[in-house]
Amino acid sequence: MNAAPQKGSPAVEVEHLTVRFGDHLALEDVNLTVPAGAFVAIVGPNGAGKSTLLKVLLGLVPPSSGRVRILGRPTDGVDPRRIGYVPQFKTLDRTFPALAEELVASGLRRAWPGRLTPAERARVRAALERVGAGQLIGRPVGRFSGGELQRVYLARAFVRRPQLVMLDEPATGIDVLGEADMYRLLEDYQRETGATLLMITHDWEAAYHHATHVIVLNRRLIGFGPPERALSERCLREAFGHVGHAHGFAMVLEGERRA
Amino acid sequence: MLEVWSLPFMQRALLAGLVMALLAGYYGPFVVQRGLSFLGSGLAHAAFGGVALGLLLGLEPLWVAVPFTAAVALGITWVRERTHIRGDTAVGIFFAFSMALGIVFLSLKREYTAEAFTYLFGSILAVAPADLWASLALLALTALTLPLWGRWAYATFDRELAAADRVPVVLDDYLLAFLVALVVVVAMKLVGLLLVAAFLVIPAAAARQWARTFLGMVVGAVLVGTFSVFAGLLISYGYDLPSGATVVLLQAFVFTAAALVFRRAS
Repeated sequence: MNAAPQKGSPAVEVEHLTVRFGDHLALEDVNLTVPAGAFVAIVGPNGAGKSTLLKVLLGLVPPSSGRVRILGRPTDGVDPRRIGYVPQFKTLDRTFPALAEELVASGLRRAWPGRLTPAERARVRAALERVGAGQLIGRPVGRFSGGELQRVYLARAFVRRPQLVMLDEPATGIDVLGEADMYRLLEDYQRETGATLLMITHDWEAAYHHATHVIVLNRRLIGFGPPERALSERCLREAFGHVGHAHGFAMVLEGERRA
Repeated sequence: MLEVWSLPFMQRALLAGLVMALLAGYYGPFVVQRGLSFLGSGLAHAAFGGVALGLLLGLEPLWVAVPFTAAVALGITWVRERTHIRGDTAVGIFFAFSMALGIVFLSLKREYTAEAFTYLFGSILAVAPADLWASLALLALTALTLPLWGRWAYATFDRELAAADRVPVVLDDYLLAFLVALVVVVAMKLVGLLLVAAFLVIPAAAARQWARTFLGMVVGAVLVGTFSVFAGLLISYGYDLPSGATVVLLQAFVFTAAALVFRRAS
């Protein structure tokens, strides 16, 4: 259904990316290449430009300078059906009358559904069942908990079988069990489709254990590579200004590396 | 009771009112869910500026009010897109500005301008065939935009998700503002600028209380609007009450009843 990725082309290529909002420099000369099939965690302090980077990749924010390519194409030339986006759930407008099946179907149609066709409903049901949320299908999203919303948004992203999935702090506001489930769902999807995952997170430990690559960002790119390299004490100190409670974390990493 | 509808002016009033209920019920949920409930009221006041300009120039007021109000709607949208000013503030600025222009225009025309004030209260019972044709033309135009319903609703739900899926959200903002401006001008002739916003806001807000889906909200808004027009005209005829105001009171009655019955069920 979806076009196959160009052979050998990286999932994301960013060259000399700078983004300015008026006087404010959000991103400065960022360069990185994400290989297809990677699971990338993006970490950095508040205001580091993590969401801005994601929005540039989604084509929502134009670069002030530099070049960005997604799945081998410029951002405005890539078929949006090849990209799945999981926004922060706190952006949900709970006053909007919507059922879970409609929210998921919007991922299929790229428009809000009036009525679902039987074929659409079957795909929506399968997508919801896959994330363990089949029972939510006909329920209004306005009353969902964080964990329920997260599953429905994951189903919405997966239903179009994207080759690149971008997630903005998907674990915020859900409990530890829900978090473990989420990583299992993401890793299952990735194993099955070979998709690339890009996830903003504040959880370095999760980044260390689940990601194949970590981007450490603080307006500039501080570190990029396998977690044990990117999450070094030097990178964390440079990005966050201090290591703070992370000092212990860096020590743990140090220990794991030696072991 | 039925013989009421054999009177030609009542037939025209009913037809015009039902077309308005359909149009306002269709656009109302977009206006309400986008947090632009104030827009209808603001645009009606802007339309008054257009009416006054038409009177000053000696032209048919409605034909001046249409482009004038559409321009104000696009101006409000432009300010919302380009600045950090909130939507309600943009509406507030533009409607005061247009109203002030209207007052100046009327003062320049040094004759008695009672006609301007018929636009304040409207006259659904005195609907001219031209007004009817205007509302039918707007209905046809709206029918042409039906294929855009899904993407408008998508951007109403979440503008960022829609934009990431390449929905032209900015273009659609302008298009919706333009169409709502046309609805407001046509409705103003019927119910008056003071009550026009009710048609856009109250049926949609009433339907939101029981609707589980956005489509359900649109259908509900149309039904509430239709019922209110039908019953409102009958009651106003029977008790000799102002018809536009009676229709709006019925809308408010349905809203209140729904608020009491449904209490955030979904």
